[in-house]
Amino acid sequence: MTSFPIPVLSILTALPVVGAIALLALGNRNKNLVRWTALAFSLAALVLTLILWSHFDTISGALQFQERNTWVAPLGAEYHVAIDGLGLLMLLLSSIVVPIGIFASWQIQDRVPLYFSLVLLLQACLFGTFTALNFFHWFIFWELSLIPAFFLIRLWGGANRTKAATQFLVYTMVGSIGLLLSFLALFLATRTFDFADLATLAQHGQLMPAVIDKLAWRHVTPDHVAIIVFTGAFLGFAVKVPLFPFHTWLPSAYSEAPTGTTILLTGAMSKMGVYGFLRILLPIFWPQMQVVLTPLLWLAVATIIFSAYAALAQRDLKRIFAYSSINHLGYCLLAIFAVIKFTGGDAALTGEKYAAMNGAFLQMFNHGLTAATLFWFVAILEKRTGGLRSLDDFGGLRKVAPVFTGLMGIALFSSLGLPGLNGFIGEFLIFKGSFPLVPWATSLAVLGLLTTAVFTLGILQRVFYGPLNSQWISFPDLTTRERLALAPAIGLMFALGLYPQLVLAVVNNTAIQMVEHFKF
Amino acid sequence: MLAWTIYISFLGAAAMLLLPKGSVLSARILALLTAVAGFALALTSFLEHRTGEMQTITRVSWIPSLGIKYYLAADGISLTLILLTGIIAITGILFSWNIEERTSEFFAFYLLLIGAVYGVFLSYDLFLLFVFYEIVIIPKYFLIAIWGSTRREYGAMKLAIYSFVGSAMVLIGLVATYVAAGSKTTSLSALASFPYSHHFQMVAFPLVFIGFAILAGMWPLHTWAPTGHVAAPTAASMLLAGVVMKLGAYGCLRVAMTLFPLGLGPWSFHVLGLGSWRDVFAMLAVIGIVYGALVALVQKDFKFVIGYSSVSHMGFILLGLMTLNQIGISGAIMQMFSHGILAGLLFAVVGRMVYARTHTRELALLGPMNLNKVIPFAAVTFILAGMASMGLPGFSGFVAELMILLGVWHAYPLLAIFVGLGIVIGVVYIWRAMQKAFFSDVHTGPPKPHEPIPPISLPERLGAIILIGTSVLVGIYPQMLLNIIMPALNSPLFEGLRKGSWQ
Amino acid sequence: MTPINYSELLQLALPQVIVVVTALVVMAIDLIALRKRAIRIRFTVASALASLGCAAAILQILVHPAQANIFDGMLIANPLTHFVQIALLVLTIFTLLISVDSRFTEHVGEFVLLILIATAGMMFLVGSQDLLVIFISLELLSLSLYILAAFNKRSGQSWEAALKYFLFGGMSAAFLLFGFSLLYGLSNSTSLTRIAGALHGPSLNPLLVIAIVTTALGLGFKIAAAPFHFWAPDVYQGAPAPSAAFIASGSKVASFFVFFQVMALGFAGVNGTVTLSHLVRGWVPVLALMATLSMLLGNLVAIRQTSLRRLLAYSAIAHAGYMLLGILAHTQQSLAALLYYVVTYAFATLGAFAVIAVVEEQRGDDRLSHFDGLGKQAPILSFSLAIFILSLAGIPPLAGFFGKFYLFVTVLAATPNPVDLLWLVVLAIAMSAVSLYYYLRVLKRVYVTPPAIDCNAIHSPAVTQILVLALAAAVILLGCAPNLLLKWIDSAVQASGL
Repeated sequence: MTSFPIPVLSILTALPVVGAIALLALGNRNKNLVRWTALAFSLAALVLTLILWSHFDTISGALQFQERNTWVAPLGAEYHVAIDGLGLLMLLLSSIVVPIGIFASWQIQDRVPLYFSLVLLLQACLFGTFTALNFFHWFIFWELSLIPAFFLIRLWGGANRTKAATQFLVYTMVGSIGLLLSFLALFLATRTFDFADLATLAQHGQLMPAVIDKLAWRHVTPDHVAIIVFTGAFLGFAVKVPLFPFHTWLPSAYSEAPTGTTILLTGAMSKMGVYGFLRILLPIFWPQMQVVLTPLLWLAVATIIFSAYAALAQRDLKRIFAYSSINHLGYCLLAIFAVIKFTGGDAALTGEKYAAMNGAFLQMFNHGLTAATLFWFVAILEKRTGGLRSLDDFGGLRKVAPVFTGLMGIALFSSLGLPGLNGFIGEFLIFKGSFPLVPWATSLAVLGLLTTAVFTLGILQRVFYGPLNSQWISFPDLTTRERLALAPAIGLMFALGLYPQLVLAVVNNTAIQMVEHFKF
Repeated sequence: MLAWTIYISFLGAAAMLLLPKGSVLSARILALLTAVAGFALALTSFLEHRTGEMQTITRVSWIPSLGIKYYLAADGISLTLILLTGIIAITGILFSWNIEERTSEFFAFYLLLIGAVYGVFLSYDLFLLFVFYEIVIIPKYFLIAIWGSTRREYGAMKLAIYSFVGSAMVLIGLVATYVAAGSKTTSLSALASFPYSHHFQMVAFPLVFIGFAILAGMWPLHTWAPTGHVAAPTAASMLLAGVVMKLGAYGCLRVAMTLFPLGLGPWSFHVLGLGSWRDVFAMLAVIGIVYGALVALVQKDFKFVIGYSSVSHMGFILLGLMTLNQIGISGAIMQMFSHGILAGLLFAVVGRMVYARTHTRELALLGPMNLNKVIPFAAVTFILAGMASMGLPGFSGFVAELMILLGVWHAYPLLAIFVGLGIVIGVVYIWRAMQKAFFSDVHTGPPKPHEPIPPISLPERLGAIILIGTSVLVGIYPQMLLNIIMPALNSPLFEGLRKGSWQ
Repeated sequence: MTPINYSELLQLALPQVIVVVTALVVMAIDLIALRKRAIRIRFTVASALASLGCAAAILQILVHPAQANIFDGMLIANPLTHFVQIALLVLTIFTLLISVDSRFTEHVGEFVLLILIATAGMMFLVGSQDLLVIFISLELLSLSLYILAAFNKRSGQSWEAALKYFLFGGMSAAFLLFGFSLLYGLSNSTSLTRIAGALHGPSLNPLLVIAIVTTALGLGFKIAAAPFHFWAPDVYQGAPAPSAAFIASGSKVASFFVFFQVMALGFAGVNGTVTLSHLVRGWVPVLALMATLSMLLGNLVAIRQTSLRRLLAYSAIAHAGYMLLGILAHTQQSLAALLYYVVTYAFATLGAFAVIAVVEEQRGDDRLSHFDGLGKQAPILSFSLAIFILSLAGIPPLAGFFGKFYLFVTVLAATPNPVDLLWLVVLAIAMSAVSLYYYLRVLKRVYVTPPAIDCNAIHSPAVTQILVLALAAAVILLGCAPNLLLKWIDSAVQASGL
């Protein structure tokens, strides 16, 4: 365990908060100053994360940069932060996605300081969520992240923003309450909110008996109590990911949000759900998950397939990408569920489990990057077209904006999972690992893969190829500044596609440890 | 020294009457100074008193022939609520800075009420407690009837009658208990340690509990609360929701439950699945939570939303009490504190920041005024208060609800799910009200040329900041209060309860 | 039979004698010297003199507290009677002082005389445990009160009220006399203690039942308990304010005390009970019935009143109901509680009538709407009125609250099982919750409702202001420190050995 001289994770979380306050203090007078300050803070966070990365001990993969203090003793609340490979990966992703979001929000004109300070607050909540290891502490950030997200949608969103924002808030809240209730039950039984302690108890099979013992519930069998407690927690994360059929808030939220916000939602916030599955649900509730594994797999498959088909039917680019996001995260869940199919020391399947687990990690990162970039392109498009973004509005843009077409094509292919780009490696590992574990589900999931290919190519076809829509004759290509800004993201796609080890190294040992530790 | 919180308030009230007519500013300043002095005393004692155990303040014979003593004492629970009263008293005055009509009378009634509230929280003699408890009724009535708004006389009368009916029930219980215990003493601890017959407790417990719970807004006896809150002037709403409703809950805990612990025990039969008074009241509390939230959801009047939200939140307190475990009861006390602060804040926003400027509370009319741009401070305050009140973590409401839920999981797992439902509806009604009042998209043409809306004044800002700050402070560091609340529950006074079904 | 020692008798009756002599002196002075003067001066002088006389009587009682029981209770002097007599004298003084500003009559001397005669009657009434003396002094009191009620010759209401009062009073006196005669027939004695000894027996004689009922009826009339209350609203409303105040305060105190004595002493053997489980016939059930009716009727009808005096009349009926509980508990403690209650009640009522008198004088009558906005025009009177009204409503820390509390406690403690009389206490407390409604309506008029635009300003006479403030202070003080009075009552009750 690396001991770090300064509480770097706390500083990382506090940094955007300071930024947010600074932005509010700057006021509305000089909008550009506000934008640049926001960007500066987000880049500072990125730098700090990179420093973390450089000091991160990838060999051990264990929890590092730990800070632990008692907080509210009677409630088992501790201030406990640390990161392992997974945490670091998520921090990296968040600090990459937020600058992209800020770039894509450059054209926001209304209440600029408020907008960017909300963005930074959201980032702080993300950091908090990804570093906290005590439920009490973690839940604060998990819940608070809703508020900036809500207002970003509500105040700067499209025509149906009120409904979309409210739907988003209420769905997530319902999930959160379920989560809260479940953890309260756990706390009641164990007197701890610490994820690691709970996981240890679960590993030794002591957790649920304790819960059942404590919950004096008439008329309900012990098994059902365990499942009910699990369901509550599951609900919280399933809504957040989202998993079919809890996904209905997502398309409208993503499409109504200003595109810069959508980037944050899809790039980073949607990972909170998957992260929760990995960090919390899997270690603590895996016995219950095993019990209901088949339905869970069906849900994952349904998520993958339905969202892909739904994307196929959409005309609005943002809605397409929204459904595509659901689809991509579905793969992560497929992998996660697949891992717990067989437990015990079956050595033959261990390699597959590692692969699936690593795949899920990578997929999270890659999807975050790709989706953020894709929405960024949408933002650029919207800026040029005054908000038009339907498939039917375009055609032949290749002729007037070749660079734009090329770069967005790369991002689309990354999303499609073309080998050589970042999207491929995650999906490959997931399918490679999951197939031997749950062949039927994985086979069905391939359908989703195919559909994705269809609608992605459809976008290319309808927007960039074909006859040029006369409306867009003077469609400007990417400016130099845009190119410069986009370059790192595109470069990263190639880098990861060609050298996945870059990220894999961070998470591999953590993935192995997770699989090992819980003896799946 | 803590006893001076009472005396100072009463003296302040008396001094108000001596002020020359028309001295508005001096009345305000005098009131503020009185409240600050009370709060300073409360805070000092709070800081000095780190253990939460019972401390006698004053104990002199009062009516020796009846064994009634003037007995003031404070434990962690009292201190928490005293502190709350101090904070609400100060902020209430800050939010009443605009009272121009009969100012000194207003503050006289106000300080009288505050003093009596301090008295209730500090009394350790049942008779004395009751005396203070009833003193509260009259200033409450006048504050609403004279300075109130919508249907003020009706609201005030309803409130007074409900309160008085409640205290009549308490009085019956008090007299019966005193006689049953041998007519020798009214000291709480002595009465609590007297072994009343099981039958007696079974009858007396619900009587006294309901008597107090009326003031705590227990469903279905809550109907005074929304009308009263709506009719009341801002400071009175703040006091009502902030501390007066807590008096009821405090009485439930301090009197009903400690005196008659056996009354909580099981009956020999079941009705509709309910097997004890405890079950009944827990059920009523949950109905209150859900019902209050649902009704708040469909209100057209902004203040009614908050009024019903109080009913819902008070349900949490009663439910916490009925869990009968340490964490649940501590949670209930935390919720008393938290809800006191937050309800005060919400009423301040609605009554003072919005209504006093726009002269309407109709959500439909507030929407087109585009208030989030006109008075952004009010919008932000309401958002923060709303977040805290719906139990978002990081604010005091979360810790309180979390503890209550823990208790409920233990005592009534099934109800926990309904409570969860109540919380969700709570989110929705707060959010609905916020959107309609501050962020409505309805723009009916150019803004009507109604009178300009004055900006938020300094006293209002100050008050809002104090309340938000307190909520966040307690939310982040609940230990501060828990450290004295939890040991207080271990005092001999709660012996009977602990022996019953305490974990 | 021992020979009568007249000097001792005179010694014992000296306070009463002082009062009567004062009455005559005042009358004489008024008629002789002040005939031509302004009414205000006449009232001032007469009241002052009469008050001095009463004060002298009080002094006499305090300085030479006699202890005696002559002729089997025909004339009794002990700390208890002293206490009640002093209370009566104090109330009389207040009544007299209130009337200083009255203008309803030119017969000042007669008015004061009648009040003092009535006071003497009351003093004899409480100082006796003999049916005969009780009846005679009761009649002395009543006849004075009839005239006092009719004293405003200009007001039709006044003499109508007096006529009603007289008719009902005469009838009830007849019943009382009938009851007393039966008692005498049953026991061969007029002394209460002897009657009690004679009545002792397991079964109830039908004649005794009639005696109980008629006695209760006769005395119930005096205290305006339902169903013998019909005179009260009219008299309270119609009589001149000082008379009404006197009827509502002093006469109540005396009547309750004598009621208690007659019942607790005279019918000591035939109590009966009214526990929920079983009812034993006796006088207690009769009183319980009266109490129940009074509480219900008084409180419920009071809600509908639009005249403050009538409202106070019905509230008086309700209070009579509460106080009857103290009689039917018939223990030493309950007597103490009853005395505390009735004295503080008398203070509050007296004070309220004083305020009413001022408003009425200047606004014409006592309609509730005339009290609109009084709080601004007459702050001291309004504040005092609020104190009186709240005390009547039983709001702590005022005397009315402690009175109720103590009374209910003693009622419950009267039976070995505290739950026995609980239902009566529950009813009483429930009804007092109802009462808050109409009391608050009065206060709402005073403090909340703005004054009517055309109404003239209220001028508050200084004497009245001082008087009501003193009364209000007493009500507050006795509420905050009930021990001041309670100590005295307790020792007096103990010493009397009732």
